[in-house]
Amino acid sequence: MITKENPRGMTRRELLQTGTAFTAAFIAGTGFLAHADDAWAMELKALKPKAMATLIQMARDIYPHDRLADHFYAVAMKGHDEKAAGDAGHKKLIEDGVATLDAMAVDAGAPSYARMGWEIDRNRLLRQIETTPFFQAIRGGMITGLYNQKEVWPYFGYEGESFSKGGYIERGFNDIAWL
Amino acid sequence: MTAPYDFKNDSVVVVIGTGAGGGTLANELAQKGIDVVALEAGGRYLPGDYINDEWPSFSQLAWLDARTTSGSWRVAKDFSGLPAWIVKAVGGSTVHWAGASLRFQDLEWKVRTLYGDISGANLLDWPIDAAEMASYYAKAENKMGTTRTNGIPGLPGNNNFKVMEAGAKKLGYKNVHTGRMSINSQPRDGRAACQQVGFCFQGCKFGAKWSTAYTEIPKGEATGKLEVREHAHVLTIEHDANGKVSGVVYADKDGNKRRQAARAVCVAGNSIESPRLLLNSASSMFPDGLANSSGQVGRNYMRHMTGSVYAVFDKPVRMWRGTTMAGIVTDESVNDPKRGFAGGYFMQTLSIGIPFTAAFLNPGAWGREFATAMDGYENMAGMWLVGEDMPQESNRVSLHPDKKDQYGLPVPNVHFDDHPNDIAMRNHAFKQGAAVYDAVGAVRTFPTPPYPSTHNLGTNRMSEKARDGVVNRWGQTHDIANLFISDGSQFTTGAAENPTLTIVALAIRQADYIAKQIAAGAL
Repeated sequence: MITKENPRGMTRRELLQTGTAFTAAFIAGTGFLAHADDAWAMELKALKPKAMATLIQMARDIYPHDRLADHFYAVAMKGHDEKAAGDAGHKKLIEDGVATLDAMAVDAGAPSYARMGWEIDRNRLLRQIETTPFFQAIRGGMITGLYNQKEVWPYFGYEGESFSKGGYIERGFNDIAWL
Repeated sequence: MTAPYDFKNDSVVVVIGTGAGGGTLANELAQKGIDVVALEAGGRYLPGDYINDEWPSFSQLAWLDARTTSGSWRVAKDFSGLPAWIVKAVGGSTVHWAGASLRFQDLEWKVRTLYGDISGANLLDWPIDAAEMASYYAKAENKMGTTRTNGIPGLPGNNNFKVMEAGAKKLGYKNVHTGRMSINSQPRDGRAACQQVGFCFQGCKFGAKWSTAYTEIPKGEATGKLEVREHAHVLTIEHDANGKVSGVVYADKDGNKRRQAARAVCVAGNSIESPRLLLNSASSMFPDGLANSSGQVGRNYMRHMTGSVYAVFDKPVRMWRGTTMAGIVTDESVNDPKRGFAGGYFMQTLSIGIPFTAAFLNPGAWGREFATAMDGYENMAGMWLVGEDMPQESNRVSLHPDKKDQYGLPVPNVHFDDHPNDIAMRNHAFKQGAAVYDAVGAVRTFPTPPYPSTHNLGTNRMSEKARDGVVNRWGQTHDIANLFISDGSQFTTGAAENPTLTIVALAIRQADYIAKQIAAGAL
């Protein structure tokens, strides 16, 4: 993930100027995807930026957490770019999957999957492909790809490791007050 | 003679596996002055090594050697390569168990008699009974430091327990408490008291929870009569021309094959690996595998009726704080056929972290229903339902026809279908579990399906008659006098209770028997 600066030596502003808007949230450039609002961008090794943006939207639709910013989903999907860079079969799986989703969206009257306005409509398309290897690769990968990010845990209230703090015996293991 | 022992020393007892059965047996024999070589497939991890982080801990401790599944159970669909969540390490599954230590109910030793013939179920009475086992249960409870026995106070209840307790009492349940747990509520036996860390399933970093890894094994080693070899994966058991076992072949940590001679072999590799070992040890004298004249080796695989209920409330619970299994409701554990099934079940609190909740709350599920359930995590309470499942001959561990492991041996396949009695019990348990939480204001409840099995039983079962099982009342195989089974695969029926206390009690008793047999020159 890239934040304010990137390895090409461009400022974030310069970087964004080389890309074009793809949905309100994302700006796609050559070999990178940037978020319009948050200060992150992602260099891509194998997948096209619009494909990654579609994956990120798909990932959010699979496990929609409205309090989790896009970058958590981007981190979850980054692994697919890494894998696609070394595995032609995986690259094809992802590219064909995204292309299929977009084609289904066009059939439904939208410019692309990521640009369908309502989640329920995107969901309807996902239900149609939910048994496919592409969908299962994305969904299955998110169990750890999304939920095993330690940065995500505080959004669920989960406190993680406890031994170094002496356990919970003096930190509220039995403090429930509403029963 | 003391440890370490020569490979050719045929006066040692070889114990395969160092968990609740093998670890206890190895120590008990060593305390009696018997020379023991314990072979453990995994490594040795102690409290300083355990990890308060679910997936890294799983990678450290879980048995991950290749396994396959078949049958209609949901585990075969959702976790096709992981029929069981058990431990590959010194201590076996006592490293990651929750600590529940319940004795069988008296009647549960004789359920073929009690339930009668249930169609499709291969029920059989144990050849032993409550009277026989009482003194051994007492020894096990003292050994393990079980709360509510031996003057040991019960553990305090955490938030997750308080929610279940309040709901259970509102429903009219009478027997709700913080359990009989082999977790120190006070310092005992040189180990600390529980600090409510909440990562019981990842190994107790305070050593408050009993595990053979840091109790039985070091105590046995201290006698000089127990040698534990780690990363020693037993491949086959060998026998002589008289049909007596003569030793075992194992792969050492470098993958080299070693042969250890033995006067007797005690198999305690848990209920998938133990029958697999007997089957993989087939020879021209024993073409169906060792000790398998009955054909029952690998059969009657039981995993207990299980499931979970998780509930979301409108206010925080923070169920992850404190012991994973923090209390029980025992009212439904009795046999009460009016409910529509034989046998009974317990409600036991359970909590898992965000990573495991994502994986196990509803495997395969996705979308907003699932995501909002996860969003409710801080306000979530959870319980595990555990009860007696029916032994069925067709539920079995068998050798895969094609797939081989890293040593070229057939991997085990676990085939399982629920019995209608299991389904009826689970449906009742889901309903009652949800009702407990509804009684204290749950806004949502979830019936979570069984996890990869943490209780694995029955695949080398005890029987009075050789044709009905694999071992006799001592865990000694019917067919081969110096071959024993020492783990939960001995179980004739599963009872409703968590199995560890019974496995430990049986191991203490088996050690007495083996010692007597050795003294009598019979072994």
